[in-house]
Amino acid sequence: MESPLETFPLFMLGPVPIMASVVVTWAIMAVLVSGAALLSRRLTPVPSTAQAIAELLVGTVDQQIRDVTGAAPASYRAFVGTLFLFILIANWSSLIPGVTPPTATLETPAALAAIVFLSIIYFGIRDGGVGGFLRGFALPNPVMIPLNMLESVTRSFSMFVRLFGNVMSGVFVIAIVGSLAALLVPIPLMVLDLLTGAVQAYIFAVLSMVFITSAVEKGKPQPAPEIEES
Amino acid sequence: MDYVPLISIFCAAFAVSFGALGPALAEGRAVAAAMEAIARQPEAANTISRTLFVGLAMIETTAIYCLVIALLLLFANPMMP
Repeated sequence: MESPLETFPLFMLGPVPIMASVVVTWAIMAVLVSGAALLSRRLTPVPSTAQAIAELLVGTVDQQIRDVTGAAPASYRAFVGTLFLFILIANWSSLIPGVTPPTATLETPAALAAIVFLSIIYFGIRDGGVGGFLRGFALPNPVMIPLNMLESVTRSFSMFVRLFGNVMSGVFVIAIVGSLAALLVPIPLMVLDLLTGAVQAYIFAVLSMVFITSAVEKGKPQPAPEIEES
Repeated sequence: MDYVPLISIFCAAFAVSFGALGPALAEGRAVAAAMEAIARQPEAANTISRTLFVGLAMIETTAIYCLVIALLLLFANPMMP
């Protein structure tokens, strides 16, 4: 059985080894970018079917962002929406025979988690300034500074392991069952894998949204503590 | 007799089986609580189920950690000859 923790280069581009997951990633990126360009080229007030589907998608993403953060979705829509769509299509690319989803290898989830880690810093500094972002680490009191710093790394790491583990285990189980009984038996597992892929894409987007919101909220100037009357 | 592969395989199975116990119980409790909350307040079902999904994914991560440890033991064990 091939180890799921290793990757093997598909071919060499000069001195650079090209992995299969990189090729699949670029294919997904090409599909997403060209699809978005085609859909948004001719926008009409009375939408065609394709435009209606795209509007439904954007509207759903906006509504989810509004529900999770309570803020205007415009500044997060591009980042979170792209993250969700990319992971969803990457997870579902296992349906194409011979394609291993790039999220089932170590590098892609690690890269996505690193992007989320950097975007938390970016959005935190953009909305609260450097001082506000750094002050967020000292909440609720300065004793928590080491723990908060540790947490900011471990939560990105746990996003990485969660996405990798879920998708990889799905692919792995299908490979094992397929090696035992290849005809029709793996199909229920593949359906389950579709559900897991969708849920994981949703979870990844929502969690990155939650973490960004917490960094933004902590960076805001603190109001004077209110005395609750009850 | 080389005991390292034997112990690695045993520990991998041990890690997955016992690592799955805790999250299974915890997910059961979480779903039960969410069911009760939805039964009490059906109009809040959307918010509750979204929070439930995020929470379940968080809980499930511990089981996934155990799976990754098991795979490390089986496929990337530095002690293995």
